[in-house]
Amino acid sequence: MKDWRYWLSHNAGTLTALALFAVMFTIYIANHSVGLNPAVATTAANKAVLLALVAMAQTLPVLTRGLDLVVGSVGTGLLGCIVVLLAGSLAGFINGAVVVWGRLQPIITTLATGAIYYGIALFIRPAPGGDVQADIADLVTGQVFGTIPAALFLLLAVVLLIWVPYRRSVLGRAAYAVGSNEQAAYMSGVPVRNAKLLAYTLSGLIAAIGGLVLTFNTYSGEASSAIGGTYTLNSIASVVIGGTSLFGGWGSAIGSIFGAFVLRTIEDLLFVFDLPPLWQPLFQGVVLLTAVSLGAIRVFRIRNRLELFT
Amino acid sequence: MSATTSTPSLAARLGIDRAVAIAFGCIILLLLGGALYSREFLSPNYLLQQLQIAAFLGVIASGAMMVILLGHIDLSVPWVVTLGAMMATALPGWLPHPWGDLLAIPFGILCGALIGVANGLGVAFLRLPSMIFTLGMNAVVQGFMVLHTGGFAPLDHATDAMHYLAVARTIPGIPNALFVWALCGIVVVLILTRTAFGRAVYAIGNRESAAYLSGINTNAVLIGCFALCGAFAAFAGVLLAGYSTKAYQGMGDPYLLPAIAAVVLGGTNILGGRGNYAGTIAGVILITLLQSILSVMQMPEAGRQIIYGTVIVSMLLLYGRGAKARS
Repeated sequence: MKDWRYWLSHNAGTLTALALFAVMFTIYIANHSVGLNPAVATTAANKAVLLALVAMAQTLPVLTRGLDLVVGSVGTGLLGCIVVLLAGSLAGFINGAVVVWGRLQPIITTLATGAIYYGIALFIRPAPGGDVQADIADLVTGQVFGTIPAALFLLLAVVLLIWVPYRRSVLGRAAYAVGSNEQAAYMSGVPVRNAKLLAYTLSGLIAAIGGLVLTFNTYSGEASSAIGGTYTLNSIASVVIGGTSLFGGWGSAIGSIFGAFVLRTIEDLLFVFDLPPLWQPLFQGVVLLTAVSLGAIRVFRIRNRLELFT
Repeated sequence: MSATTSTPSLAARLGIDRAVAIAFGCIILLLLGGALYSREFLSPNYLLQQLQIAAFLGVIASGAMMVILLGHIDLSVPWVVTLGAMMATALPGWLPHPWGDLLAIPFGILCGALIGVANGLGVAFLRLPSMIFTLGMNAVVQGFMVLHTGGFAPLDHATDAMHYLAVARTIPGIPNALFVWALCGIVVVLILTRTAFGRAVYAIGNRESAAYLSGINTNAVLIGCFALCGAFAAFAGVLLAGYSTKAYQGMGDPYLLPAIAAVVLGGTNILGGRGNYAGTIAGVILITLLQSILSVMQMPEAGRQIIYGTVIVSMLLLYGRGAKARS
């Protein structure tokens, strides 16, 4: 490969996250009483894939310099796979429409639409419950060929069917351009509006897939702001660990997947090392705060102090 | 949008621009609409009670406004509120008798301010997006509080002083909480309009690099504003503890979105640099009335959330829109 050096620097974030995950997962397996077997791997994969999907959903708006605080509330509580996916895409599209045509700030838009979607989810399913077709659920949360967790295949399918075509399309590249410099992108004739709309819509779609996986994991649907809240923060942290710049224009959903895996493994490590339960929320909080603080590395590279303020 | 004429009109001097006028107009519309449903909505008793409830949100929004004027946002409000309440109610148990009761309220506020300083340090020196850093800080404070209470609701009760500030009515008819809010409001207005610090806040909100180049210590201003925001949030927690006689987990959760919404509905630009306190007052009253009327009409929680979000989005579409991407 001629330009492997360029490729390496371009994917540094993803590779760091991958390495971090490999090390931590090894420690986890080494300290686990049972060791690596299909059941342990499947449990870990089921939880990790869920966060990975939400993190991928978060990556898209972040690329265009927005932020999506709704990702958590989409999807939980609805049943019927196709309906869920359509509803998720629609919710994402509405966010995008408000951001693009309403010209409102993404944060405040998603805070407000988040309340609306949470209300709708609560309307449909006020109490935890509902049945899931057990065979579909088992198919997704079980194993393929008895060894490999099926959830990983789902994740792979999402990457191959949604992320790769998106990244290679005109609108996908436009999203990066918009994130780097919206004015410049507009002046060069980049379809700014469509890029944003598509990013938010796909984000809603992937979040809805994540909601489905959550439903399959718990065998029921529930509308809970607590679920939404945790996933929002965790997904942002995953995005940062995966090397996507919160200032837009830089990063990849693949990195976010490994970022999510890293975060999940941290929680599993807490379990293996037997930390007292009361300390766990504090520990998780500190880990999250440290993880997002990784974004500060940028500060040490800057020579001109004025660039700090952009 | 703002008054650029050399002789500002009376309305402009009082800080009443289009956004503030729309917000106050919506308050009157809400009251009239409520009155069609029930006459009770116009009774002084009901209105005073709403103002008392609005006072808690108002104190939080005062701090949130300082941060939003900078162009930042503080998402650690929910657990800082809880922190203020829990620390203030716990102190009498830690100190010998007279001191614990005396220092309870200042101690709660101090704890909130410390978290605010930590937020400010992260935003100012690490240059992390405030939204991300404060969200992480929220998780850390939550961890501390879970540890502090051992996972249960603490049994510490609010002191008499907190109860006095939050629910008593020294002047018959007018709740003390309203005076507390007024005091906080005066402090914020004085800081914003009469001090160099306040000028710096608006300057940073407009363009931080320009403020930095004109010799303002922007990092100090950032830390100061976040500290104020934390202190106000913790103070509101103290008041809430007095109102409900004790501190409990998650007591700050219902205040995050309303506080930000109140500030933004009052015409403060979410990107910073523009806004005044009159708007925040209007926003706080508007949000409180909206919540109250929806619950009196016995709207289910789901419907309340939907209407609530819709109102915020549609009011923002009226006047909170950003500039087009055209140079």
